Amino acid sequence: MATITRNTSSTASDARRPAGRAGGRRIGSHTFLLLMALYFVVPLWFLVVGSTKSNSGLFVGSGGALWFNSEFSLVDNVRGLFEHQGGIYWIWLRNSFVYAFAGGVGSTVLAVLAGYGLAKYRFKGRNAYFAVLLGSVMVPLTALTIPTFVLLSSLGLINTMWAVVLPSLLSPIGVYLVRVYSQDAIPDEMLDAGRVDGAGELRLFFRVALPLLRPAVVTVLLLATVFSWNNFFLPLAVLRDTDLLPVTVGLNQWQALSNAGAGGEQVWNLIVTGALVSIVPLIAAFLGLQKYWQGGLSLGAIK
Amino acid sequence: MTTSSTTVGAPEAGAPAGRARPGGRRNASTSTIDSKRQWWGWLYVTPFTIVFLLFLVVPLAYAFWMSLHNKGIATGGQSVFVGIDNYTRAFTDPIFLAGLARVAKFVVVMVPIQIGLALLCALVLDTLATRLSKASRLLIFVPYAVPAVIGALMWGFLYSPRFGPAGDIFGLFGLDAPDFLSSSAIFGSLVNIVTWQWVGYYMIILYSALRTIDPSVYEAARIDGASGPQIALRIKVPMVSSSMVMVLVFSLIGTLQFFTEPTVLRSVAQGAIPSDYTPNMYAYSLAFSYSQFNYASTIAFALGIFVFIGSYIFLFATRKQSGLK
Repeated sequence: MATITRNTSSTASDARRPAGRAGGRRIGSHTFLLLMALYFVVPLWFLVVGSTKSNSGLFVGSGGALWFNSEFSLVDNVRGLFEHQGGIYWIWLRNSFVYAFAGGVGSTVLAVLAGYGLAKYRFKGRNAYFAVLLGSVMVPLTALTIPTFVLLSSLGLINTMWAVVLPSLLSPIGVYLVRVYSQDAIPDEMLDAGRVDGAGELRLFFRVALPLLRPAVVTVLLLATVFSWNNFFLPLAVLRDTDLLPVTVGLNQWQALSNAGAGGEQVWNLIVTGALVSIVPLIAAFLGLQKYWQGGLSLGAIK
Repeated sequence: MTTSSTTVGAPEAGAPAGRARPGGRRNASTSTIDSKRQWWGWLYVTPFTIVFLLFLVVPLAYAFWMSLHNKGIATGGQSVFVGIDNYTRAFTDPIFLAGLARVAKFVVVMVPIQIGLALLCALVLDTLATRLSKASRLLIFVPYAVPAVIGALMWGFLYSPRFGPAGDIFGLFGLDAPDFLSSSAIFGSLVNIVTWQWVGYYMIILYSALRTIDPSVYEAARIDGASGPQIALRIKVPMVSSSMVMVLVFSLIGTLQFFTEPTVLRSVAQGAIPSDYTPNMYAYSLAFSYSQFNYASTIAFALGIFVFIGSYIFLFATRKQSGLK
C-alpha cells in the first residue's frame, strides 16, 4: 500500500473514487466534445462535398446537401476556376498571399523590434509610450478605414497594392505581446554579460534576444498573417480594380453577382470550390505549426 | 560592475550632492551608457512608431478634423468648419442609434455565448488527455483559420433553403425548416456564424492558460472532497481570470465593430439586413454610396470613442482580475 500512495497522489485519489461515476463523466465529456467538434466541422464538410458538385447539382442531387452526388465534378470545378473570367480566381488568391505575407512579415518585424526595445531599454518617455500603445490596442481598426481611405487617396495610393499592405503593417497588439514576452524571456543579466564581452547592441538582438523570442515571433506572425489574410473592410474600401482584389473580396463579389444575376453569372459551384481552395493553405499552416502556436496564443494574458 | 575612471568628472552625475554616497560614481558612469542606450531604445521603436503615426494617429486626427467640418455642394466644395454639428446630427440620427443599439444587443447576447462555450470546452479539455480530446481541440479551433468572409459565405449556403441541408434535416421529423434568413431569424443566424468562427480561438487561449496552473493546487482540493465542477468553478476559473478578461475584451471590441458577416450575408438576405445594419456598415455606405465622407468619419469616430470608452470601463472594472493596475 505504501508504494501505491507514494506513487502520485492523483492515481491514489482516482483509485478511491467509484469507477462508475468517473467513467460516466468521461463518457459525458467525450460526447460533449464530439458534438462540439461536429458543430465546428460540418460547415466545412459542406464545402468539401459541395466542391464536388456541378452548378445544378448543388440544388438538386442524389446526395442532399451533406453528401456526395453520383456525379463527381471536382475536376470540372477546378478547371472552371481557371476559365471563368480568365482565371481571375488565381490572381485573387495570389493577391491574398501577397497581402498576407507582406502584412504578416512586415508587421511582425516592426512589432518584434519595438516590443524588444520597449522591454529592454530604459529611455525617456518609455512609460508614456507604452501607455499610449496599450490604449491603441483598444482603438477599433475599422474606425480608421474611412479616414485611411481619404488619406491614401490624397497620396494617390488608392487602388494599388500599397493601399492594403501599408496599413496592415500596424499591429499594436503584436508590439504589446512581444514586449510582455521579452520582459521575462530575456534576462537582463544575459544582455549585460554580452555587453561586458563587447557585443554590440545589434549583435545582442540577433544572437541573444531573437532566439529566446521565437515562440512570441511565431505567434505574432501567425496572428498578423491571419489578420491580413482575413482582411475585408480595408480592401473593399481602397481597391477598385478586380485584378487587385484579395480572394475574400473577390468571392464575395461572385456571390453578390450570382444572387442578383441571370443564369450565366450564377457560378455557385465555383464559389464553393474557390472557398474550399482558399482555406486550405491556412488550415494546413495551422495544423503543421501546432506546437509553435498552441502555447503562444495565451501570451497576452498578464500574469 | 566596473566603474571606469574616465567618467569621474562627468558633470551631469546621476547622484546629486545631497545624495552623495559611495555609489555615486557608478551612477555617473551608467548614465553615459544609458544615454547611448536610450538612443538604441528609440532606434528599435522608430520603425513601428512611423507606421503608428501614419496609419493610426494621423487617420484618427484626420477623422476627428473631418468630423468637425462639412464639404459638399452646399458649401461650394470647400471644407467648412461646423463645430459639433455632425455629432449632434449623429446622436439624433435614428439610423445610427438603431445600429448602436443593435451591436449593443449583439454584445449582450453573443459575447456571453462565445465566452461561455469557449470556457466550457476549455475546462472539459483540461480534464482529458485522450486522443479524441486532442483531435476535437483541433477541430474546434479550425474555423479560426477560415476568413470571416468565407465563413459567412458558407453559412449563407447552409441557411439557404435552396442549397442548405435544413430542409432535409427538419424533413426527417416531418417539420418545415425555419427560414434562417428572414428578418426575425437573422439575428440568431448571425450570432451563430460569429460563435462558430471565434469559440475555438478563445478556447485555445483559455485552455493554454489552464495548462499553466500547477495541478497540485487542485489535488489538494480533491483530497478535501471537492467535486469536478466545484474545482472548475472555484479554482480553475479564478486562476485564468486574466485570460478571461483578455478574451472578453477581444470579443467586445470585435462585436462592436461588426461589419464583415452582415455585409456578406446581405446578398442572400437583402430584405433582412439593411445596408445600415451596424454603425460600421452605415459609415461604409455613407462614405462609398453617398460620398458623405465627413459624416461617415463622424460615425466612425463616434463608434471608435464608444468602443474605446466601453473597453476602458471594462478593463477598469476588472483590473483586479486582469492584473492591470
